[in-house]
Amino acid sequence: MADAGHRAGAIRHVEHVMGTVFSFDVRPPYGDGVRAALDEAVALLHRVDAVFSTYRADSAISRLGRGEVTVADCGAEVARVLARCARARRETGGWFSHTAAGRLDPSGLVKGWAVERASDLLHAAGARNCCVNGGGDLQLRGEAAQGVPWRVGVAHPLEPGALLTVVEGRDLAVATSGTAERGAHITDPHTGRPATALASVTVTGRRLARTDVLATALFAMGDGARERAASFDGHEVLAVTAAGAVWHTAGFPGAVAGGVSEVGVVRGGAVAARGAVVAGGW
Amino acid sequence: MRRAVSTAVLTTAGVVVLLSLKPHHSTVLLSVPPVPGASSPGRAAGPPRDGTFTGAAVRTPYGPVRVAAVVRGGRLVAVRVIQVPSGTGRDQQIAGYAVPRLAREAIGADSARIDAVSGASYTSQGYIDSLQSALDRADG
Repeated sequence: MADAGHRAGAIRHVEHVMGTVFSFDVRPPYGDGVRAALDEAVALLHRVDAVFSTYRADSAISRLGRGEVTVADCGAEVARVLARCARARRETGGWFSHTAAGRLDPSGLVKGWAVERASDLLHAAGARNCCVNGGGDLQLRGEAAQGVPWRVGVAHPLEPGALLTVVEGRDLAVATSGTAERGAHITDPHTGRPATALASVTVTGRRLARTDVLATALFAMGDGARERAASFDGHEVLAVTAAGAVWHTAGFPGAVAGGVSEVGVVRGGAVAARGAVVAGGW
Repeated sequence: MRRAVSTAVLTTAGVVVLLSLKPHHSTVLLSVPPVPGASSPGRAAGPPRDGTFTGAAVRTPYGPVRVAAVVRGGRLVAVRVIQVPSGTGRDQQIAGYAVPRLAREAIGADSARIDAVSGASYTSQGYIDSLQSALDRADG
């Protein structure tokens, strides 16, 4: 119904960069400066890729990893990102690591950080309501339309094209880590082996860099993620196990209202009803 | 004992959810109160309250299934599975496939407006077939 109304006048842009696709969606009202800010944001993503890509032999990160240059040689931006990576590693007890298997790879933080910076550029230029989606990890500012929150579908990790749920919110970050597209590419930093217990982990928060890091760390934790999921202030977690079971933290936005808390599937459980529902069957 | 599902349930303009438990094609039908939207602007039935509406347990060949519908802002936003059969290998299949489908179809039936999609990183190639790609092509 409201699709046309909500999207009328939106600025959209799609950019292939960092081995994935970034989608920009700026909703009105916005000022004249927003289009220039969008160009700037796109240029930023390419610059970040040139500096931080582990796939480019000539990137600063690749050269740093080979020991050809020092952090000081690489400039303040690289130093800042590596410091954030080190902090993320501490905060997650090593479940996020930019040095797993002795190889320097800050990619797990860089993409979310780049999306956040792109979003900041747009916001500073007057795009109060915008969505930047970097390969499935999103930074949302403001709302979709006046009085209407953003609605983000969470892709089902085991059923291509299907949605697991819908997250609603304003000024929200949503990150999903999983095996769906790239196979088992997240390794358990403690063993060096691919993490396979979970099919996907979705985390919500305010800022994407940290939110994305937590999604990666929780995915690596596998079965252990469930008891750690509620311990990150300001973040909510939804996970699908490799067997297809679903669990989430009590405050996961859009998933829970009222009486049902904490779990998507409880075997033999019972929950107090807050209303009536008609059920047919036999 | 089998009780025929009343067709009246199907015509309440509420959200109807089918849960197929293969291979026997048993069907669980859940109907929640009508939700106002583009296709049903009338509010004669009254706006649905926000909250979680828990259904009665439904017997299936594998054991009882109980679900709850979550309504927020007058819209069905999720279906929670409260109880699924346990103790056999079959329940894994139900939890793994039928239950997510249940939630998906419920959300789909509400024609949920989606602005963007979060999912495990797609490659440039994978993007082409993604829901996000379809959204990006929508008229701005």
